[in-house]
Amino acid sequence: MTPAPELRFLTAHEHRVLEVIADRLIPPFGAHPGGAALGAADYVDRLLGAFTFDPPLIFAGGPFSGRAGGEASFAKFLPLSRHEELAWRTRIEGSAGIAAREINGPTRGWQTIYREGIEKLGADFLDIDDAEQDRRLRDAQELRELFYTHACEGAYGAPEYGGNPDGAGWLAIQFPGDSQPRGYTDEEVRGRA
Amino acid sequence: MPDRGRDCDAVIIGTGPAGATAADVLTGAGWSVIMLEKGRNHLLALDEPFGPLGHVSNDEIKFFSRHFLGPDPFLEPRTFRRDAAEGDRAFTGEVNNLPSTVGGGGFHADGKLPRFRAVDFKARSELGPIDGSDLVDWPVDYDEMEPYYAHAENLVGVAGLAGANPFAEWRSGEYPMPPGADMFGAVLTTEAAQRLGYNPYPAPTGVNSVPYDGRPACNNCGFCGFFGCPIDAKGDPVAPLRNALRTGRCEIRPESFVERVILDNTGRAARGVRYVDIDGNAHEVTARVVIVAGGAWETPRLLLRSEIANSSGLVGRYLMYHFQTYVVGSFPFRLHGHRGRSVTHLHDDHMIVDDDSRAFAKEHGLPYFRAGIVEHGGGGHPIIEGTYSEPGLSHTRAMLESPMRDRLWAFTIQGEDLPQVTNRVDLDPGVRDVHGFPVGRATYDVHAHEVVASRYYAPKLAEIMREAGADTTLSITSPRLDGDRAARTGTSISRHIMGTCRMGDDPRTSVVDRWQRFHDVENMLCTDSSVFPTSTGYGPTLTIVALAIRACRELAGLPPLRSSRQSS
Repeated sequence: MTPAPELRFLTAHEHRVLEVIADRLIPPFGAHPGGAALGAADYVDRLLGAFTFDPPLIFAGGPFSGRAGGEASFAKFLPLSRHEELAWRTRIEGSAGIAAREINGPTRGWQTIYREGIEKLGADFLDIDDAEQDRRLRDAQELRELFYTHACEGAYGAPEYGGNPDGAGWLAIQFPGDSQPRGYTDEEVRGRA
Repeated sequence: MPDRGRDCDAVIIGTGPAGATAADVLTGAGWSVIMLEKGRNHLLALDEPFGPLGHVSNDEIKFFSRHFLGPDPFLEPRTFRRDAAEGDRAFTGEVNNLPSTVGGGGFHADGKLPRFRAVDFKARSELGPIDGSDLVDWPVDYDEMEPYYAHAENLVGVAGLAGANPFAEWRSGEYPMPPGADMFGAVLTTEAAQRLGYNPYPAPTGVNSVPYDGRPACNNCGFCGFFGCPIDAKGDPVAPLRNALRTGRCEIRPESFVERVILDNTGRAARGVRYVDIDGNAHEVTARVVIVAGGAWETPRLLLRSEIANSSGLVGRYLMYHFQTYVVGSFPFRLHGHRGRSVTHLHDDHMIVDDDSRAFAKEHGLPYFRAGIVEHGGGGHPIIEGTYSEPGLSHTRAMLESPMRDRLWAFTIQGEDLPQVTNRVDLDPGVRDVHGFPVGRATYDVHAHEVVASRYYAPKLAEIMREAGADTTLSITSPRLDGDRAARTGTSISRHIMGTCRMGDDPRTSVVDRWQRFHDVENMLCTDSSVFPTSTGYGPTLTIVALAIRACRELAGLPPLRSSRQSS
């Protein structure tokens, strides 16, 4: 599997477990390298550790990535407003008993959902056979559903968020990714090719 | 100049197309305005030369997964229920969210900007009433609106082809730009539609096909609808906002949440508004005139919170969406719908009442029905495609073969939604926003009209799709249906929201008059789609802009615009 990047939230074990799950949710097949190789676990680490960066890794910059020309600016993430920080910290860290984060009641954070979900799979999860892994994953619905959404974001979203290394996910599915400032010619829009 | 002791001539609540147009007209007439916007500014610099900020990008995560343009449903949730039998609410979260940001709904729209037709303003008298609905005529007609439509098309910059739509009304002139490039999928579906006797035409689109108003031509990047334009090729609402800022008489204050409108001692006129800034500090802005332009969801929410302008009891009522029917086709080859302007063609045939549709209507207990414009457009982007697939090998196969994105083409009917007094936005009794105020709650169910129209036209669209070469077709609706009703928690995902402060001459049956002034508050206007008495089957934005030009010219004492029939 891919070497773990410098992790910001996940432990090496958690990262490895997520890679295993990523290939269950998005299995490698044909030209598609699968969720693990497309950085689904790396993406989750960057999301759960977003606030270890300044500005936090929530909204990538713009207008261009540099992949289709122009100056590369996606990696210059945008600062958050006070309210945006409140919303994203609450989503990621949970309300944690902080009154301002409980606008309409407490929120279980994604860090908790991932950490507890992975813990419930068992410390021996990486050592058991595939059938037993599948059996335990069937019981981990909350983790599976949340991670599926994030795995899709990681595999097919802009690489600056931590997944889709070098646009490998886009290449696999024949999606050209962000196209500004080059765009497409009128002929490319109209024509069959 | 503002009167002594007032902060400005007009305070405008909201910076979307409705507020931006008001700011343009009023500053052009010499007024000073302060615009209050509850969201952040990602649209344009607030200093000369008011250029793009560079925040907009081809980034599906930012725009689709992370609520970049707001409202964030954690900070500003909304609630929904089909009827009171579902309790206080059946759903809490994202309900019909239009961007909450400088530029409002115009920011993310792909800019399809059709005009209404004459009958749309007079459906009640020309087509007749329908039981269970309060269908009314508008207090304006097409001939009066025509010069305002022409002005709006020039202001925003609309690319289109006069004469291409045989159902269109007369026009006093050409579109300011020719249409942009046809998308490949639309070439297939428009040719198929023509073979079957329908009349598709290039969609009038507020996206530059050539350089216009100092902004570049669109380069077909494909991240159009629900994104924003990274290169400033889309005129709504950046063009009117920039015009207003250039006068030096417009100040935009982002992240300023208006708590309430404050009336003067007479109780018949507004003194100004009270708002809180991002740090929670309260401020007051006083003005000669208050313009409410928060959109058909936030406007009634503000008025109900302020407990004003509601002697009719109709604020928030007659909430209308477009009833959307999607007919998608999967093709045996790739259509590259990720290139171009999201949607490039429309047809109006499915809102024209004819003998066959009347016969179908009568079988279902209706005198007639009308659906709406049909958009010919491409599929979504790959994250959405991925999450819509089931996890496992079926995901990977679907992503490789892409029947639901790269090989998909879609028809969307923006179906007319009849006005029903029971459909409304009010204040949720339990759920709060980040400022501590009650959130807006929709209570909404469909009328048989929308359902029957959808059932009549969906098979016709599937036939066009197959004629164009699709292997398989699929039809779904928004809201989803359960028999003849909206499904439980069947939230409409339409971003066309209308009708919560209906316009009319009688203060007992309407909230604003024909000049969009509130019957109850003499110096307050609403310029957004709240004032629409009916939803028609056309996108609302060009009509919002045209009406706002008309109302604000009258407000500022400018002469009415006139036009004459030069072509038809």
